[in-house]
Amino acid sequence: MPQLHSDLNSELNSEQPKQYLKDGIVTDNHWQLVEANSETLPSGDILVPIAYWQANHQQLAGHSGKVGVWIDSHEEIEAFSDSIAALPVIAINFPKFADGRGFSTARLLCERYGYIGEIRAIGQFMRDQLFMMQRCGFNAFQFDSDIDLAAASKSLNDFSDSYQVAVDQPEPLFKRHR
Amino acid sequence: MYNYDQYDQKLVDERVEQYRDQTKRYLDGQISEEEFLPLRLQNGLYVQRLAPMLRIAVPYGLMSSRQVRKIAAISRTYDKGYVHFTTRQNIQLNWPVLEEVPDILAELASVEMHAIQTSGNCIRNTTTDQFAGVADDEIEDPRPWCEIIRQWSTVHPEFAFLPRKFKIAVCGSEEDRAAFLLHDIGLQLVKNESGETGFHVYVGGGLGRTPVISSSIREFLPKEHLLTYLDAILRVYNRYGNRDNKYKARIKILVRAWTPAVFAERVEAEWEHLKNGPATLNGTEIERVKSFFTLPDYQTVDSAAVNAEVQSLAAEHKAFSRWLDRNVRDQKQQGYASITLSLKPAGVAPGDVTDRQLDIIADLADRFSFGEIRTTHNQNIVLADVHKSTLFELWQLAKASGLATPNIGTINDMICCPGGDYCSLANAKSIPVAEAIQRKFDDLDYVYDLGDLELNISGCMNACGHHHIGHIGILGVDKKGEEWYQIQLGGSANKNAALGKVLGRSLSRDAVVDSIEKLLDVYVENRLDQESFLGTYQRIGLDKFKERVYAPTS
Repeated sequence: MPQLHSDLNSELNSEQPKQYLKDGIVTDNHWQLVEANSETLPSGDILVPIAYWQANHQQLAGHSGKVGVWIDSHEEIEAFSDSIAALPVIAINFPKFADGRGFSTARLLCERYGYIGEIRAIGQFMRDQLFMMQRCGFNAFQFDSDIDLAAASKSLNDFSDSYQVAVDQPEPLFKRHR
Repeated sequence: MYNYDQYDQKLVDERVEQYRDQTKRYLDGQISEEEFLPLRLQNGLYVQRLAPMLRIAVPYGLMSSRQVRKIAAISRTYDKGYVHFTTRQNIQLNWPVLEEVPDILAELASVEMHAIQTSGNCIRNTTTDQFAGVADDEIEDPRPWCEIIRQWSTVHPEFAFLPRKFKIAVCGSEEDRAAFLLHDIGLQLVKNESGETGFHVYVGGGLGRTPVISSSIREFLPKEHLLTYLDAILRVYNRYGNRDNKYKARIKILVRAWTPAVFAERVEAEWEHLKNGPATLNGTEIERVKSFFTLPDYQTVDSAAVNAEVQSLAAEHKAFSRWLDRNVRDQKQQGYASITLSLKPAGVAPGDVTDRQLDIIADLADRFSFGEIRTTHNQNIVLADVHKSTLFELWQLAKASGLATPNIGTINDMICCPGGDYCSLANAKSIPVAEAIQRKFDDLDYVYDLGDLELNISGCMNACGHHHIGHIGILGVDKKGEEWYQIQLGGSANKNAALGKVLGRSLSRDAVVDSIEKLLDVYVENRLDQESFLGTYQRIGLDKFKERVYAPTS
């Protein structure tokens, strides 16, 4: 097992939450998040740093479980866009909730690179961002903090319609209703 | 003006309920202070030195009399009976209670108003010329475009957590009255050779700690591409703007670091993917929005007769004559004028009005200006489309309510931030300086003789009082815990925008007013016929002014 070298330096929560929100439903989480500086890969379903995955996906093909990736807020999705279509999960890390780069990353994944698998928010985002995140293509939310997921899912429905084009609604309001 | 349809109304209603729930969860301890901060900011709520402050959006400065009356009622019920007009054409309440803000927002929503994105690191209120639609040098009315941008930017899913705040201004005329070159994005309406409308796009302007005049990145953007191009600019900024240091996080720093040419290339490359996409505007939508900004039902006026009548009243009443000179402006529509109600009488903080005055402004608008009110980035109020035959009557009514001070564009029409009296960022007070200057220069003959003179005051380098672009700018600075003031000269916000130069070492508050007097003396002694303060400064340079202010006293 090669060591996971990467320039990724975000601190991820090493304790994996048992549940997360997927498609608005509280769902058991069986994915292990692998940090950039990990020395071993756990067995089962794993989310590895995207740069590691790109460099090692031949070896990872023999992994015991499913393999998804996570990308940090400062990483450019363009560098990895060739080979992501078949990934079951792409997680996007929010080192701080105020760091809005992940919103653009998610839209690019969906709208430019045609990714249709799970896009999962990880890190320090907050419940009150869920409506906008969902519009940008996120369909899964793995909170670091221990929160009431069922209550949080209500924030997905804060607004019943939107002016802008986004992943959830590719036509602007003015072309649909006006 | 624009009227909400069911979709616009539902969105602001749902926003109120969203924020009501957020406030409740915050008060219940379910949302941390840190997490609540961007939520309340994006609903207009700051926590200031003395109390919270709520900033209410006035999209591109346009309000109806009904909305003004609602603001008056809100200030009575929830505040201390006065409000403050800001340099972004918005309105601030200085003493709301955090727990009551959701109710205030619901009241606003009942008259098609909101406080969405009036603060925080998101796209702010789009501003424009207060004379939009009536200015004689107008290329095209900018307000429909501002409304299209307002809708696009409201609860934009991708750009609510930008590196820093983001301000857009649209200029639709030859002369710039929107300071559009000092915005993150400045859009100038232009026509191409075929007479089609488009935008000259500028990016990276701004005041604050690092004042910069914006750079052109595209000379002609066809109008239908406006929103996809804005998406491209914002996406490049959202992804690559500095997020480590808030003082280097504005788009101007990125544009400067990359150079405007490289920034333009990056935007064009991003736009290649978005161009002609579903967000591309169509004629139906453009015409729909334009249909809200139709001209009122003007009467045919015998201009010569009306002008003669006005002139004869002016000859009888010197104060009316002065008001005509300073506060009244011709429109492109014959027989009509735009008048400015001054919110800068001596002894009142610039831009402050009482609830009673707001009600009177609403009444004046109903009677004289088709029920519409415009706020200005100079912190005054404009009533447009006033029939000239009613000017004298309007002047008398405005005067009786303290709204007819004939000082527009003079030294007493200062732009001034709330300063250290209210703001927790300020290094120094600004309102007492403004007041001292107004009291010093209270001789109207002298003030008129000085002519056009923009004096802007900021209580700190965040530059809310636009000191960089005043012909005379005053900046509050902190020196070892004491309040001092730096003077700058030669700033200008017009088409030939310029940033002021520092005159010399900072001065105590007492010395500021005397120094302003010396600067004015140098101007009066050196000016040529009809030359403005700015013109004289540009001709003779900084040194003569500097020598006088810092000359040893004999």
